[in-house]
Amino acid sequence: MFELKDIIYKDILKIDHLHIEDNKVSILTGESGSGKTTVLKLLNHLISPDEGTVLYKGKDIAALDPVQHRRNVVMLQQMHAIFPGTVKDNLTAGLRFADQAVPDDQLLEEALQHVHLRKSLDTEADGLSGGEQQRLALARVLLLDAEVFLLDEPSSALDEETADEVIAGFLKKVKQKNRTVVMVTHSKQIAERYADVPVHLEEYNQKSKDAAHER
Amino acid sequence: MNDKIIDISLWQLLSAYLFIVVLTVIVKWRGIAREKEIIIGTLRMTIQLVLAGYILTYVFKHPHPLLTLFIFALMEIFAIYNVFKRIKYELSSSLKKVIAFSMTVGTVVSLLFFNYVVIRFSPWFEPRYVIPIAGMVIGNAMTGITLGVNHLVEGMEKQKRMVEAALMLGATPKTASKELVDRAFDSAILPTINSMVGMGIVFLPGMMTGQILSGIAPLTAIEYQIAIMLGIAGSVSFSVILFVQYGYRTFFNERSQLK
Repeated sequence: MFELKDIIYKDILKIDHLHIEDNKVSILTGESGSGKTTVLKLLNHLISPDEGTVLYKGKDIAALDPVQHRRNVVMLQQMHAIFPGTVKDNLTAGLRFADQAVPDDQLLEEALQHVHLRKSLDTEADGLSGGEQQRLALARVLLLDAEVFLLDEPSSALDEETADEVIAGFLKKVKQKNRTVVMVTHSKQIAERYADVPVHLEEYNQKSKDAAHER
Repeated sequence: MNDKIIDISLWQLLSAYLFIVVLTVIVKWRGIAREKEIIIGTLRMTIQLVLAGYILTYVFKHPHPLLTLFIFALMEIFAIYNVFKRIKYELSSSLKKVIAFSMTVGTVVSLLFFNYVVIRFSPWFEPRYVIPIAGMVIGNAMTGITLGVNHLVEGMEKQKRMVEAALMLGATPKTASKELVDRAFDSAILPTINSMVGMGIVFLPGMMTGQILSGIAPLTAIEYQIAIMLGIAGSVSFSVILFVQYGYRTFFNERSQLK
């Protein structure tokens, strides 16, 4: 799905080669500072590398339409963003951003069920707890008709048990549609349980290898 | 009734400076370190107005199109420079260009309409009209744009995460920053709207007061005041909408990434 070649990004990344497979759940792990978030941002084209190329389905990302690319390869950031308004407003925000049709309430409620969030659609979103907001942000992404889902620490605000349920629910839904997932997590349990392809980023990133040597 | 204005004698004028003496005494007594600013402010006000008085006297006596245009350009440049100085944030050079562009285009278009469609004086460069009207229009656009810039830059800094979140999901830069842009526009035009609401009740605006003092009938003064308020509202909103429409783009690169 993705191919990173001779990538250099600031002082953070130096990756000679990294391949990310289609229709699989790849889980990126590594110390903080090993460049996990940066890799996701490169795949989403939220940033461009200083050197090297990122290929998406064999095509150079730098030559694709950036907005269209992000609609195909959506990303959920680590510090989830909650927009002003209700749960429904937040659920449908991604669809509105991507000019996709907003489905009826039943589908929206189903998305909430997949991430185990039991809240009504007209609840004010900023009154939710951190963990609830994180699940809401995850459900928002789940509603998008994307080919790849990039998730940065999607369960960091959840306790172990909830995290497990939520990630399982999300991945089940995504796998039904044969989509690709690239996830960053600190949770060993989630990485072991759900990774089709574990990617230990320190093995690929020359910069973090150097940093490890210095330690 | 004598409708000729009383000419203030030098001694009378000097006695008005007592207000500043009182102000200085108060801040000294309260231990508020503002004496320096008060004195500089008073001095600058006095010198600038005296100079303006002499220059305007000369210009009104010797009207010339180039002279009017020159003064107009000077006001515009000063106003743009003043916007740069009053922003608390570091401005990128592309944002500065957008500020200069929207100030100039916004005020020039409003003034052309106001002077030659609404008031219709001739000759077109008549400094007695062009200069004071331009002063009001440019001054208000300057305040509006300053507010707009402050809100836009601050919003882009504080709400960066929201903008980024929207981009990640496939929003265009325009959609991702729409809320910020709308809020910046709103905050920039709000003072103008508020001043229209209070006008005539809470305060008599400076231009009208001046005209009434100099013996013009209140109804004529009001006609001018209404016209100028509408002109100001127009030029503020036009300059600010130009600014926000082009301004937000300077925060993104050609790959729709945040700079």
